Amino acid sequence: MFANILIWFVIIPILMMAGLGLCSNKGMDAIRTVMVVGSTALLALAIWLCVDFLGLRAAGVTDEMLHTGSWIWYAPLNIHLAVGVDGISVLMLLLSAIIVFAGTFASWKINPLPKNFFLWYCLLSTGVFGFFISIDMFTMFMFYEVALIPMYLLIGFWGTGRKEYSAMKLTLMLMGGSAFLMLGLLGIYWHSAPQGGEPTWNILEIAHNSAIDPSWQNLLFCFTFVGFGVLGAMFPFHTWSPDGHACAPTAVSMLHAGVLMKLGGYGCFRIAIYLLPAAANELAWIFIILTGISIVYGAFSACVQTDLKYINAYSSVSHCGMVLFALLMLNQTAMTGGILQMLSHGLMTALFFALIGMIYGRTHTRDIRQMGGLMRIMPYLGVCYMIAGFASLGLPGLSGFVAEMTIFFGSFQDADTFHRIFVICACSAIVTTAVYILRVVGKLLLGPVQDEHHLQLTDATWWERLATVTLILCIAGIGCFPNWINEAIQHSFVPIINAIQNSAV
Amino acid sequence: MGVTLPILILCLPLFMFLLLGIGGVKMTKKTAGVLGILGMGTCMTLSYIVAFTYFFSGDAAFIVDGVRQQFQVFDVTWLAFTQKLVVNLGFLLDPISAMMLVVITTISFMVHLYSWGYMEGESGFQRYYAFLSLFSFSMLGLVVATNIFQMYIFWELVGVSSYLLIGFFYKLPSAVSASKKAFIVTRFADLGFLIGILILSYYTNTFNFVEMTGNPFQVLAQTHGATFMGASVLTWAMVLIFTGGMGKSAMMPLHIWLPDAMEGPTPVSALIHAATMVVAGVYLVARMFPVYCVVETAMTFISVVGAITAFYAAVVACTQVDIKRVLAFSTISQIAFMMVSLGVARDYNIPGVHYSGLGYMAGMFHLFTHAMFKALLFLGAGALIHAVHSNDYTKMGGLRKYMPVTHWTFLIGCLAIAGIFPFSGFFSKDEMLAAMFSSHWFWGAWMTMVAGLTAFYMFRLYFLIFWWEENPDYAHHKPHDAPWQMSIPLIFLAAVSCVAGFIPFGKLVTWNGAPYTIHIEPAVAATSLTVAVVAILLAAKMYMKKNDIPTKVKNLCPGLWTAAYHRFYWDEIYQFVTHKIIFGIICRSIAWFDRHVIDATMDGFAWLANKASWSIRGMQSGNVQAYVLWYFLGALAIICVTWLCLI
Repeated sequence: MFANILIWFVIIPILMMAGLGLCSNKGMDAIRTVMVVGSTALLALAIWLCVDFLGLRAAGVTDEMLHTGSWIWYAPLNIHLAVGVDGISVLMLLLSAIIVFAGTFASWKINPLPKNFFLWYCLLSTGVFGFFISIDMFTMFMFYEVALIPMYLLIGFWGTGRKEYSAMKLTLMLMGGSAFLMLGLLGIYWHSAPQGGEPTWNILEIAHNSAIDPSWQNLLFCFTFVGFGVLGAMFPFHTWSPDGHACAPTAVSMLHAGVLMKLGGYGCFRIAIYLLPAAANELAWIFIILTGISIVYGAFSACVQTDLKYINAYSSVSHCGMVLFALLMLNQTAMTGGILQMLSHGLMTALFFALIGMIYGRTHTRDIRQMGGLMRIMPYLGVCYMIAGFASLGLPGLSGFVAEMTIFFGSFQDADTFHRIFVICACSAIVTTAVYILRVVGKLLLGPVQDEHHLQLTDATWWERLATVTLILCIAGIGCFPNWINEAIQHSFVPIINAIQNSAV
Repeated sequence: MGVTLPILILCLPLFMFLLLGIGGVKMTKKTAGVLGILGMGTCMTLSYIVAFTYFFSGDAAFIVDGVRQQFQVFDVTWLAFTQKLVVNLGFLLDPISAMMLVVITTISFMVHLYSWGYMEGESGFQRYYAFLSLFSFSMLGLVVATNIFQMYIFWELVGVSSYLLIGFFYKLPSAVSASKKAFIVTRFADLGFLIGILILSYYTNTFNFVEMTGNPFQVLAQTHGATFMGASVLTWAMVLIFTGGMGKSAMMPLHIWLPDAMEGPTPVSALIHAATMVVAGVYLVARMFPVYCVVETAMTFISVVGAITAFYAAVVACTQVDIKRVLAFSTISQIAFMMVSLGVARDYNIPGVHYSGLGYMAGMFHLFTHAMFKALLFLGAGALIHAVHSNDYTKMGGLRKYMPVTHWTFLIGCLAIAGIFPFSGFFSKDEMLAAMFSSHWFWGAWMTMVAGLTAFYMFRLYFLIFWWEENPDYAHHKPHDAPWQMSIPLIFLAAVSCVAGFIPFGKLVTWNGAPYTIHIEPAVAATSLTVAVVAILLAAKMYMKKNDIPTKVKNLCPGLWTAAYHRFYWDEIYQFVTHKIIFGIICRSIAWFDRHVIDATMDGFAWLANKASWSIRGMQSGNVQAYVLWYFLGALAIICVTWLCLI
């Protein structure tokens, strides 16, 4: 079992938690050592996995999932710890590792109770990594829940503002989503063996048997898609996002917007679309309407917000709406764009939230009306904020452009008027995004200094620089050399596209 | 041709951007300036070599039987959307891209040099050079694009460079809002461009220019006669793509950003907002010319937009006080001139027309000459602003004695733009007017009138700055000519503006590469020259010596004058629509809806659950009698249900 590289993505965070358990809250150096060593190890592992994966694919290994392994842990219900990765999960693991790494540095000075903070932080990471390596639906769901619960404590304790309210709201809404999800998963499980035999939780087995009774698919699709869609901030289930993000501490916002919201999108195609393709073909239009609304609505809402985090949260609603929108187009290019958008949005939002945390740590306000001219005072942070903004509004050379263009060009392949109209509406978001991003940049960074006290503030420290540089390099990396990622993703979509096409016939 | 030089041309400015952008803070101003100038100088030399090789080497890759060919130096895959729809990054050499290489690098180098003197006292000098390099990189990438998607990529990049440079003085709120406005207006236009590309590429399954323009009728055939709202989809696509060009080239009604863009440093206005970036729209139309020719409606649209814009901008330019704004409106008007010229050209023979592709050649010719003399005028304006510390001509007057170099070079620029023989503008304008007259007399007559207005407002500006009446402030602060770094570009560009008209342009740049011998149409030339001379004489009469004719003219029709001075209230209209309607009504109501309807519903569920649990809380009272009561009621209910089920 331990020979499987994927298991280590779960073991390392657990080891980190054990290490943290030995530290005391006063021993900040020891805590930081554990965190840095652990998150670096995770990052190294993710990079190694990525290189190895691309190598295997280049060598002509065409299995749908690599590094598979399966160990039973609850026989009566046939639940396995089944792992395996395709190109998409590899990239998601890499994304999570990068954000965990950057988040560690972004919360270098967390206070109070640093040990407890990082313990929950590691538990959250365990859930996230576990989710992406699993191909057993139940285990996947379990890890999903593991990732959700620490959010409550992290926001409720280390948050700011109306933190108890927001933590409760976020957890309850996501739990509501999980309830739907659980129903959907159970349904899939019980219908996974129509010809008799033992039902299974394994995604690959279900998909290969193409087993789910079409009469059940529609209902189960709604359950699973809505369940994951809540986490993906789909309209009208997105309202946990602004409050939750606004109150969460920096690293948690980063991890949550950067990775956790991607769990939603990932689940949507891995379970809802892949396992229930007939329903996906039939019902996609409903969710295209909802996600189309998300895109436009999130962008317009972001235009009038005054709190930096609210702006970003609404922008996330818009961008994550784009992810689900692309996945629902059910063609290879658009879906690839959806995954690219997940990666891009993950990195970019993590960068945004990190920077907002850093600015808030200095000015003690997130209200853009009370700040101005920060570029002059903290040029480094200002430039990073601008880069994040440009990534968000889709500047070529940064990741957002690649993702959005792939989505638009992919979505445009559907030739009927309904799809066309929604694609053009989605395209219009590039203008609205530019409006709200430039509005913030103009008010926050440029122009005259609003508050005399801000003149004494200092620019970024080394750990802040490390956190931001890591993210910016990744954003620029995807933006300048997108094709290898694009190919890895496209290849992984082949079985899913086949499933969709077979069911349509 | 090897790939080394082209790659270097693109990479050198990018490298300079990264070097100066990241390492700039550690450099002195002098190092940064010298590095920037050397980098751009090298880039210019390389571009000259490439352009020279393309035009004059006679290599079979470039010219076959006297017809110039399109040559893709390299074309590498950048992103594969589908198997067929692949985005490449490449380097296309053809007459117009080679010409643009020369224009961009020349002006960019002159601006680099000029800025060394002009921006000396400014903080952020290193950043300034970094942004200039970024702009040069993006603009070069745009003109050498092998496919429309590459063009779109660099199109966005020039947009952002322009944003950064307009907002260079970021402490000034006016610069910040001007840069924001420029970006958003052009972004809005780019939305059209993007949708146009989406439509076009969906039908053609390619982005490549050579494939599309090589066989435009096949492009038309690939749409299978699909129509949308009465127009063919190809028409829609081409009009939408042109919308992108309207944004960048500041055509009506998307022109509003360009006058405000003058908030940027003056050398930037010369480079970006006069000579290079703003002609990207013209370049785009020229690039897609054969495809435009198969959709007549789109061509008419281009001509109409151009004709209206040219006239509008010329009228507004007659009333402006800020010298940079006069030049900005003049730029809009001149670009519109090129648009009309392209709009009347065709790639097939029109009965009764001697050479139907003349408009294309003339438009490109004017693009070239305009770049030179407009950059000259802007740099001259920069020298004036540098000397007087104001943008208003009211603070100037009588400067010819104090600033001889600026005076003479500016005069050459004015003569060139007015189209006076033998300056370069005469030749290109004459060709354009000839093309317009040969298409329809109306275009020719209308644009001749605009040319007259051009001569008038330019000489109004010239006389008000250099003649009129001396500003009494000169006694305290005597204006003087600019330092050598600024004078050399002025002199160089003035020299180019004197001789560029004699370049045998038709031999070099035509729509299909086949050479064409330029000859002056005597009737057209005589008309336009007469109109220009009359306009100049009128301007001289009104503005050479201080008098009250201008006030009298203004009072003839004060309403018209005020409207023109306020640019016919376009900004106010936009302000109303964006702020009051989109921002104030749409965005606010959506945000309100989100908080008070959607979120309130979610909170409502929580409230309901809370209320419900409070209301049944009483059942768990700890009172045994109450429990017994509930027990019996429950039992009764079960019995009833069972009984009901049994019968």
